[in-house]
Amino acid sequence: MVLNSIEKLLEKYDNAETTLQEEAQLRAYFASNDVAPHLESYKSLFVYFAYTQQEAFTKDVPLNTKKKSNFYQWISVAAAAVIMLGIMLPQMWNSSKYSEEEIEMYNKTKNALAFMSSNFNEGASSLNVLEMASNNFNAGMYKANFIKEFGKTTNKFLK
Amino acid sequence: MTQADFVILVMPFKDKVFRLAKRLLVSREEAEDATQEILLKLWNNKQKISDYKNVEAFSMTMTKNFCLDRLKSKQAQNLKIVHSNYQDKSHSSLQKQVEARDSVDWVSSIIETLPEQQQIIVQLRDIEQYEFAEISKMLDMNETAIRVALSRARKTIREQLIKTHSYGIK
Repeated sequence: MVLNSIEKLLEKYDNAETTLQEEAQLRAYFASNDVAPHLESYKSLFVYFAYTQQEAFTKDVPLNTKKKSNFYQWISVAAAAVIMLGIMLPQMWNSSKYSEEEIEMYNKTKNALAFMSSNFNEGASSLNVLEMASNNFNAGMYKANFIKEFGKTTNKFLK
Repeated sequence: MTQADFVILVMPFKDKVFRLAKRLLVSREEAEDATQEILLKLWNNKQKISDYKNVEAFSMTMTKNFCLDRLKSKQAQNLKIVHSNYQDKSHSSLQKQVEARDSVDWVSSIIETLPEQQQIIVQLRDIEQYEFAEISKMLDMNETAIRVALSRARKTIREQLIKTHSYGIK
């Protein structure tokens, strides 16, 4: 009786006319141990179906990774920009601005140095006078040499 | 949509995607890569997901197209042909499955010889147990054509099985 209905179902099954419920019936029948010998070849088919159903996808899928990496990339760019601004801006502002006190100090120092250097120049000009004197000495020495020569010749005469 | 929502949405059918991919691409690694790719595609289009009436059917269609493209492309030249990965499974605890393993391998290799279209239909109907209406949506075919193809596939499988089964007896 049961076998009869199973055979009918199998015929429908081969023509692809069975509903899902009927296929479940077939599956249940072939999962049991008492399968009629002449239907044995079907058994492996249904066992295979049941077996394959259990296979599962176990690999992890990395979600959401793209956004984070983008974010970190842009942070480095922003950091570089901040550092550049930090170096450039203070230089541009400071170059043009001194306080009034500082300018006054600068002028005073400049005057004091100029005064000192003018004194040095005076000292140098008085040194020039000494130089002239030494020139005259040299001229005198040169003339004294003439006298020496003259003395030598008079000595020769005397001998 | 947060990551958790997405996982809940994808959970029920990610194994089905994987099994369909494995049916077509044969090797487990290839199928895993394909599944990963498809889930990532879904995730990247998550704003549009609510527009799809049936995300599961949509994903199965995507999987089918993706795998067929894969098979056509040159990368498929490097496909490893692995018949089955049953050896490393611990499911064989049931004795009848151990006994049936040889013929189970046979079924697998018989299905592999079917045209891709029929393979997909057998996978969707006999393994994933979808209604014909759902399958027709996924494959964009009418139900009659699906029934015809399925019937052909089932008959081919049975003939082959009977041949191998009675081999050595008659």
